[in-house]
This record gives sequence, C-alpha cells and structure tokens, in this order.
Amino acid sequence: MMIMSFLGTFGDAVGFIFESKESRAGTVEVGGLSEIGDLAWNHVRVSFLAVLIAIALATPVALWLGHVGKGEFAAISVANIGRAVPPLAIIAFFIAFLGTGFTNVCFALILLAIPPILTNTYVGVRQVDRELVDAARGQGLSELEIVRRIELPLALPTIFGGIRLSSVNVLATAIIAPLAGYSTLGTPIFAGQVYGLSGQIGAAMVVAFITLTADTGFAGVQRLVTPKGLKLAEGGRRSSRRLRPTSTRRVQLP
Amino acid sequence: MSIDLVIAQGGGFLTDRTGPRTCVQNDGFCPDWIFDNFDLFVDPTIEHVYLTVVSVGLGFAIAFSLGLLAHRRRWLISPLTWVTSAIYTIPSISMFLLLLPLTGRGNVTALVALTLYTQIIIFRNVVNGLANVSADIVDAAAGMGMTPNERLFRVEIPLAVPEILAGVRIAVATTVGLAALAFLAGAGGLGTRMSTPAQLTFKSNVVVAGGLVTLLAAVLDLFVLGIQRRLTPWRRAVST
Repeated sequence: MMIMSFLGTFGDAVGFIFESKESRAGTVEVGGLSEIGDLAWNHVRVSFLAVLIAIALATPVALWLGHVGKGEFAAISVANIGRAVPPLAIIAFFIAFLGTGFTNVCFALILLAIPPILTNTYVGVRQVDRELVDAARGQGLSELEIVRRIELPLALPTIFGGIRLSSVNVLATAIIAPLAGYSTLGTPIFAGQVYGLSGQIGAAMVVAFITLTADTGFAGVQRLVTPKGLKLAEGGRRSSRRLRPTSTRRVQLP
Repeated sequence: MSIDLVIAQGGGFLTDRTGPRTCVQNDGFCPDWIFDNFDLFVDPTIEHVYLTVVSVGLGFAIAFSLGLLAHRRRWLISPLTWVTSAIYTIPSISMFLLLLPLTGRGNVTALVALTLYTQIIIFRNVVNGLANVSADIVDAAAGMGMTPNERLFRVEIPLAVPEILAGVRIAVATTVGLAALAFLAGAGGLGTRMSTPAQLTFKSNVVVAGGLVTLLAAVLDLFVLGIQRRLTPWRRAVST
C-alpha cells in the first residue's frame, strides 16, 4: 500500500514533466514539456553564464599567482571562506542589499563559482614539477610561454576539476533564483501552492538529471584534457601504490 | 490608513506612504528591530544545530566504518567513492523533495539527506588518511609484535586523525550550508527565516539569519578543531 502511494507520487511527478495540467487552484495550466523546457533553459543559461564569467575572472589570476608562487595563503583562504558561507546566505545578502533580477542572480552565482576554480587552478599550477619549469626556462621559453605551454596543459585536469565542482554547485544553487525574481527550475519548487507536490518533485527530478549530466560530461572533458604523459604517470603511481608493503607483508614473530 | 491596517495587509513589510517611513518599512538595517525580535531566530538556530550535529555524527559513524572496511578490502574503494560522489552531485533541494514521498515531511527526510551528503567527504578522508600513514611506521609496529587490529587502532588510526578530522570539518561546513535548505523538507532551520521574498528583502532579517548561519559554520568548525588538538597532543608539541 505504501509502496503504491509513493510510486503514485513519483508517477505524477513524471507526468508533470511531460504533460501540462490544471494548477491546484484550477486557474492556469502548469507543467508539460514546454514550460519545463523554458524553465530548464533559463536555469542552464544563467548557470552557464555565471561559470563562464567566473572562469574568465579566476583562471588568469590564479595561473599567474601559481606561476610566480605567491598568494598561497590567499588561495586557501578563498577556498575556506567559499565553503563556509552557505549559498542561501550569499543569495539572501544579494537580494537584500543589491536587489533582484537576472543580473543580481548571475553575480551571486559568479561569486559562488569563483572559489573552486581559483583554488584548483592555483593548486594545479603549483603541482607542476618545478624542474620541468626550469628545464623549459633553460630551453629559452619566455615566462608567458612557460605558463601557456607547460603549466597550463599540465594543470588542465585539476582546473577542470574545479570547473566541474563549480558548475554542479551553481546548477544546484540556481534553484533558489526564483526567490530573487528570476524564474528557473526552482519556480515549481518554491511555488508549491500553484504547482503541487507533483510539480515540486518533477522539477527536482529535472534539476537532478541536469546536474548529473553536467557532472558526467565534465568528468569526460577532464579525462580528454589530461595530457598523455600525465595519464601514464598516474597509471605508474597507482600500480606502485598497490605494491605498498603494508597491505601485503605480514611479519610473524617466532 | 491606520498602522493596524498596514500591518494586517502587508505583514509589517508594506510601506506606509502617508507618514515618514520607519526603518523597518524601508526594509533597512535596524538594530532596534533585531534586538526586539531576536527570539524569532532562537528556535531556527537550535534546529539548525540539531540537524548539523546529528547528521554529521551519524554520517561520521557510517563513513568511518566504511572507510575502515575499504582500508582492509581495497577493491571497495572505487565503487564506494563512485556511489557517494554521485549522491553528492544531486542538488540538496532535489534530494529533500525526492525523499518526501519515502520518508515524509520533517526531520527524518532532512537527516537522511544531510547524512548522505557527508559520506563522500568523510569516507575519502578516512581512506586517504589511513593510506598516508608511513609504511615504515606500520612495519615497525608489526615488528614490535602488534596484530593487524592493534596496528589499526593504536598506530594507523591515531596517525590518521588529523586528516580524518579535516574531512569532518569540511563536512560540518557543508552540512551547515545544506541544512539552510532543510525547510523544504519541513525540518526548520535558519533557512525558514530566508524562505520568502518579504524576508529576503528585509535587510535586518537577512543580516541576522545569514550571519547566524555563517557564524554557526565557523563555531562548529572551531569545535572540531578543538577536538583535533585534544586527540593529537604530539602535533601541538611540535607546532608550538
């Protein structure tokens, strides 16, 4: 009986995604692929823009800081502060002090997207073997060329790890955007009295699907941009870890 | 228009155009309002602390056990990492709503979701922390005649404490942030004070609610840091 009831709820939610129906008050039509599609497009658009701007702002700064080896404290502090301030609080501060609308939502999301990208880019560059950089310098590469041709390619997997994390965070936070006057897939969730439980759960399903797709996609990109040499090195490291003596050797005392 | 009518119509947030507008009607930052209405935030804060502490505690017990298991059976690491990180990718709001038909509105739904979110963070740090213990030290312990269990509990786990608790600190900060959305599961928390447009445009309210959430993350983080310092006195001796 209970199983039937929750299957029913999920069934209604799936129905909401594909077919429109009367709202709970019976005054307007809600749901259906065209409304969900519009909301999903709004949702993805603002998230994509925010992540793109965050990349444009954060990576050059972090690449340069990583290259000259300065600002480690700043990079780590940004990461810690970014984690400590909850997304809802950031959105709330933006609404209260700067107002609502697309631009403000976008700004709040950019602020949210910057820390993982900044920190990962910095760490990615710092991880590059310093001897490799010295070798490149010895071969006559300029500092800019070292960043572009040595450090950036080797740091790319880590950088994309940051972009991946930011994208997932931003897509998840864009659900709150309707509270700031910009309609996204969060609209059915926050207007439960219009859309009903099936609308709320249906929208929740679509957001989860988009986020999982983005995460899987970025994981694929992350593998694609990993230089061949790094993949080989990683494979080597992993096999040597398997040979660690602790897990295999057992010392027996007489 | 009388003040009573204004309050009845706008819940106290409507602007009164007839007289000089007060700070509250302006949605401004009003210390007086905060002082008079601070009790509005007490219960949500208690709920928030409850949600965070219970789900991180529960999450730690589960993830720590899984971590120990995966430390012995290393093939478990990659499937467990895959599952827990897939769960982590699902937005918390979606998770709260998707759990509603299964566990109903209230604390259970919020606690299940928040506990699930702590898993990847703590599990990964337990596994890495144990793997990073120097092989020489573990060999030395074996040479002293310790059994595998003795080695685990008296050498490996104590040496992995800093990395494990670093995971708990991240889990605490993340959970405080996610618990701010637990109102969608009907579990209260400080998010209830930031859930309607009227609340969100009122600066005094946002400063207190947003400030308390951020402060809570910082305080609980310091608390775990304190535990770490008590559990690893040898590190304190070195660093000071």
